[in-house]
Amino acid sequence: MKSHINARNVIVALVALGLTLLPAYSALTGNIFILTLFTRIVIFALAAASLNLIMGYGGMMSFGHAAYLGIGGYAVGILAHEGIGSGFIQWPVALALSALYALVIGALSLRTRGVYFIMITLAFAQMAYYIASGLSRYGGDDGLTIYKRSTFGGLIDLSNRVQFYYLCLACLFGGVYLIWRIINSRFGMVVQGVRSNEQRMQAIGFHANRYRLVCFVISGTICGLAGALLANNTDFISPAGMYWTRSGELMVMVVFGGMGSLFGPVLGTIVFLLLEEVLSQFTEYWALIMGPLLLLIVLFARGGIMGLLGRLSRG
Amino acid sequence: MKKAFWLAGATILALAQPALAGDTIKIGFISTFSGPTAVIGNDMRNSFELALDHLGRKMGGKPVEVIYEDDGQKPDVGKQKTEKLIQSDKVDFVVGYIWSNVLLASLKTAVDSKTFLITSNAGPSQLAGELCSPYVFSTSWQNDQTPQAVGTYMNQKGVKSVFLIGPNYAAGKDMLAGVKSTFKGQVVGEEYTVWPSQLDFSAELTKAKNSKAESIFVFYPGAAGVQFLNQYAQAGLKGQIPLYTAFTIDELSLPLQKENAIGVPGAQQWVNDLPFPENKKFVEDYRKKYTGLRPTFYGAQSYDAANLVNSAVVAVKGDTSKKDEMKAEMEKANFKSVRGPFKYGNNHIPIQNFYLQDVVKDADGQLSLKTVATIVKDDQDRFHDKCPMKK
Amino acid sequence: MLVLVEQSLNGLQFGLLLFLLAAGLTLVFGIMDFVNLAHGSLYMMGAYFAATFVAWTNSFVLGVLLALGATLLLGIALEFIALRHLYGRDHLDQVLATFGLILFFNDAVRLIWGPAGLSLPLPPWLTVPVQIVPGVFYPAYRLSIIVVALAVAALLYIVVMRTKIGMLIRAGASNREMIGALGINIKLLFTLVFGLGAALAGLAGLMQAPILTVQIGMGENILILAFVIIVIGGIGSIRGAFMAAIFVGMIDTLGRAFLPDLLRTVLSSAAASTAAPALSSMLIYLLMAIVLVVRPEGLFPAAKR
Repeated sequence: MKSHINARNVIVALVALGLTLLPAYSALTGNIFILTLFTRIVIFALAAASLNLIMGYGGMMSFGHAAYLGIGGYAVGILAHEGIGSGFIQWPVALALSALYALVIGALSLRTRGVYFIMITLAFAQMAYYIASGLSRYGGDDGLTIYKRSTFGGLIDLSNRVQFYYLCLACLFGGVYLIWRIINSRFGMVVQGVRSNEQRMQAIGFHANRYRLVCFVISGTICGLAGALLANNTDFISPAGMYWTRSGELMVMVVFGGMGSLFGPVLGTIVFLLLEEVLSQFTEYWALIMGPLLLLIVLFARGGIMGLLGRLSRG
Repeated sequence: MKKAFWLAGATILALAQPALAGDTIKIGFISTFSGPTAVIGNDMRNSFELALDHLGRKMGGKPVEVIYEDDGQKPDVGKQKTEKLIQSDKVDFVVGYIWSNVLLASLKTAVDSKTFLITSNAGPSQLAGELCSPYVFSTSWQNDQTPQAVGTYMNQKGVKSVFLIGPNYAAGKDMLAGVKSTFKGQVVGEEYTVWPSQLDFSAELTKAKNSKAESIFVFYPGAAGVQFLNQYAQAGLKGQIPLYTAFTIDELSLPLQKENAIGVPGAQQWVNDLPFPENKKFVEDYRKKYTGLRPTFYGAQSYDAANLVNSAVVAVKGDTSKKDEMKAEMEKANFKSVRGPFKYGNNHIPIQNFYLQDVVKDADGQLSLKTVATIVKDDQDRFHDKCPMKK
Repeated sequence: MLVLVEQSLNGLQFGLLLFLLAAGLTLVFGIMDFVNLAHGSLYMMGAYFAATFVAWTNSFVLGVLLALGATLLLGIALEFIALRHLYGRDHLDQVLATFGLILFFNDAVRLIWGPAGLSLPLPPWLTVPVQIVPGVFYPAYRLSIIVVALAVAALLYIVVMRTKIGMLIRAGASNREMIGALGINIKLLFTLVFGLGAALAGLAGLMQAPILTVQIGMGENILILAFVIIVIGGIGSIRGAFMAAIFVGMIDTLGRAFLPDLLRTVLSSAAASTAAPALSSMLIYLLMAIVLVVRPEGLFPAAKR
């Protein structure tokens, strides 16, 4: 192992520290919105990190990850609508449904590879989108307002901005830690081995697809958690949040930050969402800048932000 | 890398600007300024700016600052922008909202923070009924009202049967329900299309044609209205099955619909030629300030919204912390609406007239909308009983 | 019965239009192994060019021809400046880079033509309905779409199967390295194919324009459908794209036409009205998922590699 003190790690540590101290800054300056904005960013970072687990380490390019955000969110929204407000019921249901969905579509999708895998995950996510828009009882296309956030029997109050922010941050750090443990475990090694050489892993005697499927389900479940958080954050859930463009944005966040690096997606999400917020304040034509920027990053900055930082560290 | 740091710094600074507490009246304005329906948002912004010009850009002696935000026609984005305006910019009022679904998503944020929300277009039925709030006012209508007037007009014309077509979202459902509530003839069929992505109506038009209905009613705002009229004419239905509309033909769509729109009636609470002095001033100055453009009902409602806000701010002499007094003043509707008679019901939805409009060639040889008759007078929406607020 | 005929014609017309878009996409994907999300932007540009040129020249036919040429040139320029650097890169890179191009084109169009959209008026001889069988009238313009698209399909078939260029294209689709090794100017071939694909997308866009308006973002929803079609048909296969496009067009239209009534027999009217449009849009994705699970290489794969 080389030294741990390099530009990349310093920046990661600074970002983590900044995220932790943000509520204090918000309280000092009286700027509530920055907390609202970063709550959203932290939740999306969790979703991007979960996508990175299968994209970056498993080599599975899922173009349908927004479906989990929707499933997690709708589980919370529908239960709340039916009068079940307890998070102890809502959240496990959200996670279980996401895992179940991932298990079913994973089992089917993993029969394909490459661009076909991209398309089949897209197909399933679009189906989930259309099912949600067909739920007339729960608002159909218009979505559903959640009038009361999940309750946890007085343990934590989700309507309190600071408490909710820290809950999301804890989920993010927890999620990243879990992913770190996974990729460094024997299981994670196999999954990464399958990505680089499937035949060899099969030959050694590993059931490649079984490992992939478990990885796929874990990723979906973490993203389902992000969905439950997001629904509580926006007090609102609609099919639009599962549309293919949202899945595309998640992919952009991962690649922006650096696919296959632990903290890359977190940085990518922060930069992507902040850029969007700031550019749209400066000019109505923000996409005129964002579009070519994306093209340039793909052409010249492979490995995303983490790749850049890595090159910086090496000198 | 340096650039990235600089950008990050700029970002933090931009977000960190503390809200300027002080002697300005702050208004947030949410509408659609990107995508195909941005024309509607632009018209609303133009009219709102014109109203501010007419007010000398001051309300209750204090300068007015307006922050415009784009909802991209998406409920979740509209909700986020509402949050930003209220929490970060600390506005006194949020105004605007074209789309019923965007408004429904944003409502809770405004009401929970006790910020006044003035909808200058969207009017979902829930807002008039169970979701009505002391902090929410409308300068438009409840969705059902306009199609109800169309239904009444169809009764007057002796129409016996109708085929209904509309988009599958909050307003689309309200509109079709509105016609059904007043139309006395037979509803032969009812079709909903995917909103806003479905643009080809061939399957629906074929069904309408084969249903042998005597007439067709549609609601398609914005570009979809252009497409519908195009396809209706190309299918040879014009002259065969008369078309009745709500919010499908306006000054924005007319230049694209052209001859296809002639002879297609619609109902509206405001038409550009209404003979009130405030309206003449609004229409003339609009055409002077924005050359080549004509104001629409979206704009007229936004112009009214600025004047409604002004009436409240003037009543408290610029002290926007006196929310109860502002609410009481707005309930009186103490301003001159460009549409003429205007009062509020218990649910803060206007009680107003609805007019029959037709498309004609005006003096310059251009197509324009013209008031033909008054269909209903002092119409109140049919959900006000469900609103817990009482007068 | 007559309703069924008419609805089938609607489905056929929609399917053939989708074919025009999918044909270019599948050529580019099959030969250069390049995923081009900006194909939808070229479709949009074709429509904007046509609306502009028809207004300038006051002639529908002349304007349309100019627009086709302009889209062809735009495609070639795009390939030359940016996209050729992405050949051989990861599909993911291509998706992201061309996603960036979509953002760029949408805002560029807004800057140049404004947000309102344009209209492309038809000459009078195309606006009348035509009686095809006694009692069934069909819009002349929709018929002309069917005719033009069938002609393009036939032309493409002849070019690909019977000419030298077509032979190279087929060779490129089945073995890229080999054709380069044979000393063929592969760069030029790729640029040509990309231009052809762009012109096809532009044609689809401008054919659709008189029915719909010309507006920003018009290419995005239909692009995903085109991708679904080339995956169902088999990537790189023109024949597959043709069959799958008609299939998808039919399913979409007939689903919208008959599903609501079918659902009303089991659901309440209100619930059926909401569920039916959603369900009929879903059918296509269901079809793709089934095809991918059962025959991942598509129904009519181009050639075995």
